[in-house]
Amino acid sequence: MTRRAGWSFVSPAVTAIAVVLIVPVLAALALSFTDFDLYGVADRHNVRFIGLANYRHLLATPLFWSALGNTAFFVAVGAPLSIAVSLGAALLLDGRLVRARGAFRTALFAPVVTTVVAVAVIWRDLFHTRYGFLNYVLGGLGVHPIDWLGDPHWSMPAMIVFAVWKNFGYNMIIFIAGLQSIPGELYEAARIDGAGRVARFRHITLPALAPTLLLVTILTMVGYFQLFAEPYVMTRGGPAQSTTSVLYFMYEEGFKWWNLGYASAVAFVLFAIMLAGTLLQLALARRWSRA
Amino acid sequence: MTRDRVEAWLVNGALVAVALVAVFPLAWMISVSMMAPGEASTSPPPLVPAAPTLDAYRALFTRGHIARNLLNSVGLAVAATALSLAFNVSAGYAFAKLRFAGRELTWKLLLGVMLVPAQVAMIPLFLLLKQVGLVNSYAGVLLPAMANVFGIFLVRQYALGIPDELLEAARIDGASEWRIFVAVVLPVLRPILVTLAIFAFLASWNDFLWPLIVLTDDAKQTLPVAIAALSREHAGDNELMMAGSVVTIVPVLAVVLALQRYYIQGLLSGSVKG
Amino acid sequence: MIRAAVIACVLLACHADDAAVTVRLWAMGPEGEVVGTLVADFERAHPGVHVEVQQLPWTSAHEKLLTAFVGDATPDVTALGNTWLPELAELGALAPLDAEIARSSVIAPADYFPGVWDINRLDDHVFGVPWYVDTRLVFYRTDLFAAAGFARVPTSWPDWLAALRAIKHQVGAARFAILLPVDEFEQLLALALQQDEPLIRDGRWGNFESAGFRRALTFYLQLFAEQLAPVVTDVQVSNPWDELARGYFACFLHGPWSIGELRRRLPAAQQALWSTAPLPGPNGPGASIAGGTSFVVFRRAAHPREAWQLIEYLSRPDVERRFYALTGDLPPRRSAWADPELTGDAQVAAFRDQLERVKRTPPVPEWERIATEMRTVSERAARRVSPATTPGELAAIVDDAARELDARVDQMLDKRRWILDRREAAR
Repeated sequence: MTRRAGWSFVSPAVTAIAVVLIVPVLAALALSFTDFDLYGVADRHNVRFIGLANYRHLLATPLFWSALGNTAFFVAVGAPLSIAVSLGAALLLDGRLVRARGAFRTALFAPVVTTVVAVAVIWRDLFHTRYGFLNYVLGGLGVHPIDWLGDPHWSMPAMIVFAVWKNFGYNMIIFIAGLQSIPGELYEAARIDGAGRVARFRHITLPALAPTLLLVTILTMVGYFQLFAEPYVMTRGGPAQSTTSVLYFMYEEGFKWWNLGYASAVAFVLFAIMLAGTLLQLALARRWSRA
Repeated sequence: MTRDRVEAWLVNGALVAVALVAVFPLAWMISVSMMAPGEASTSPPPLVPAAPTLDAYRALFTRGHIARNLLNSVGLAVAATALSLAFNVSAGYAFAKLRFAGRELTWKLLLGVMLVPAQVAMIPLFLLLKQVGLVNSYAGVLLPAMANVFGIFLVRQYALGIPDELLEAARIDGASEWRIFVAVVLPVLRPILVTLAIFAFLASWNDFLWPLIVLTDDAKQTLPVAIAALSREHAGDNELMMAGSVVTIVPVLAVVLALQRYYIQGLLSGSVKG
Repeated sequence: MIRAAVIACVLLACHADDAAVTVRLWAMGPEGEVVGTLVADFERAHPGVHVEVQQLPWTSAHEKLLTAFVGDATPDVTALGNTWLPELAELGALAPLDAEIARSSVIAPADYFPGVWDINRLDDHVFGVPWYVDTRLVFYRTDLFAAAGFARVPTSWPDWLAALRAIKHQVGAARFAILLPVDEFEQLLALALQQDEPLIRDGRWGNFESAGFRRALTFYLQLFAEQLAPVVTDVQVSNPWDELARGYFACFLHGPWSIGELRRRLPAAQQALWSTAPLPGPNGPGASIAGGTSFVVFRRAAHPREAWQLIEYLSRPDVERRFYALTGDLPPRRSAWADPELTGDAQVAAFRDQLERVKRTPPVPEWERIATEMRTVSERAARRVSPATTPGELAAIVDDAARELDARVDQMLDKRRWILDRREAAR
């Protein structure tokens, strides 16, 4: 009775997931072994099975490696920075002396709910070399104008500043919940033992937050690996392709030039990297928690 | 006591600073959207318009199809929300509370699917839409909204907390499983339904890549895609684009912040408990 | 779910047009905004036909066209950048127009500039009807050139370079002699087309290591190395017309649409301070890109007959003259040029002169991709040069770039070679 009912409850969703996700992913894997492209769209006879040639070509493409490097930089610098800001904001908000807690939380959370494309437009203005606010404020501190979006060395840091602003509120909320679940007696006992603020943070707060931190790290990195809309709107992947991410590269190959087989190979390599990164973090976390 | 006061000043001062950074770009967006053309492109950048005007909004709504794009975005987001609720709530409940063959295996498979970036599926999905003639249709945009593993996950986590006795009592009364779902389970799930609805609405509203690819007609485009096109073509017209951003951001921001209790609750049950 | 989707579609698409036939027209850039006013007259003359115009931004037009082709969502008729015509024709997306042209009383092939008409021909079929012509030449500040001792833009590269150096000497470090946005390929392409060697060999192989292309790239990079041109993208200088007026640079290479932009944007006092000149060539007046836009009808068009009527209407010499008045875009027909407004205009005269010397881009479907790759490589090279770069280093940078470009282009043309081989084997 429940048996049949169970499937009738889940089958619409499972079917949808199969049609929209699982089958297409398998199809993408198959596509990645062909040279399906515009010629192939025009005439199916123009499609060849080419084995691993797409992957070999991909690994020999300098732009792919620089896109991977750009993405790695964005993840390696952006994700920790983003998490640190989230944690800092959560610690501030969790303090017992905070006034108007709700108002602050709402303000810090507001950027999360905004549309990337629309706020990217704002930030493009804030980053403007001659008329932007950021350089104006920095100029007040004696810093020379930075060509944020025009200089290949500064374009990625600009993307990171933007992404941290946009995203930190999300993880902040998760951290606040984690902090609130730590029993107050622990801190009290530590205080009586004479532990200072830093010691309490290191020996109580951080260990208690460890599971949350792991989850947040994985989710943030997975999200940051998928950098796309920011460069699409702000820089079109430039200058000198310094903001071309792997996903942007895939978009250009797939939906700009319609090299569908090749783009599928890019998508799978990205997937493999993200999967490997996630598994690696889980393994490290397991090892640390055992140690 | 005095130490506390100093600390209170420091903590609240720091919070004011962070809040200022978080909110400033949004406030400035609204300010620039009411400036005269070219006013924002001066140095030093002005904070408030010299003579506030709604000209940029007028220009925004008279050129292109912005009003139509706004309508499209609202319609698509509402439809995506409805689809998400229709597909995921019953499934999430069943994975939590009903016993059936293959449940654990299917659930594990779905959790694995969560790791696949949506972009991997995009190319074949587009070719699928082409096969069935759904390119440049709203149905094509909505298709991925049906499949939302995270939504199922969210509902399942919440439904795990429903006491079994409640369901057993209804079963002894002879109610069918669907009747129990509608009469007993749905009322209990109400808070998480609001959460799921907000998530689905936001995901659809903010989505960019998929509508960009699927919809070819300007008149069918969603607001973010239209704004992006504006910003690539009219890069010089700052005030116009800021007005577009205000229209895209502010209404949704207001609604979601008003409902943030639910949104945040969902965010927590979706991540921490899992 | 299907029901929900259907309901959503009905709700969203509820504004049905009552006209019997709706012709969908896509047009790119500012022309897409302007063409609406011309179309209104067409609709009055053809009751029952409604034209739905959609404007595509130039920066995303190419991907949008291909997406529409792959997704079977092409419109009836498009004003197509004519370097993209070989690509879409090769893919079988376009309907041949030979029969319509033969029957037409409006469109007379002999009236068109031959070079421009030929671009629309591929494998013995005509796929497009030219709408307006476009080529790149020099827009310059007459006062800044005069102040440096040059009454007009010289016609050969060495003299041009001397003029740019003299200007740079006068304006100082913060200003420049010429604007060449590093993320546009048209400037380098125009210089490269002036050379004798083709850019693509046999339609199969890249030919960027030829002496000609290397000469063009060397000259191009020299302008950056000597800081005659700033290393900026068109994201940074999104409004070159105002910047020309401010004197940020003394000249830039653009098409006819900039005549309209300059006349509209600059105050009356500054209108006498700019002019146009043909593009200098290596040893005297040089060639430039045979650009422009042609109307094409898609093979999948729902209303090819009405689409053709629209093309005929927009190609009428009187309509083309009105279009010129609205946009500054130059007509491709000689009869449309028989207009005192065109012939008597000094700023337009340079274009008439340049149109005698235009060259088409290689007719391979991969051309857009190749041009984009050329831009990528040349941008990287432009960022590597500085006043400290020695001639030897410059030559090495040029060789690197040319070699890399050929390697990438050969790779891109791999599929095409396979298809050509197979086609020949089948014959």
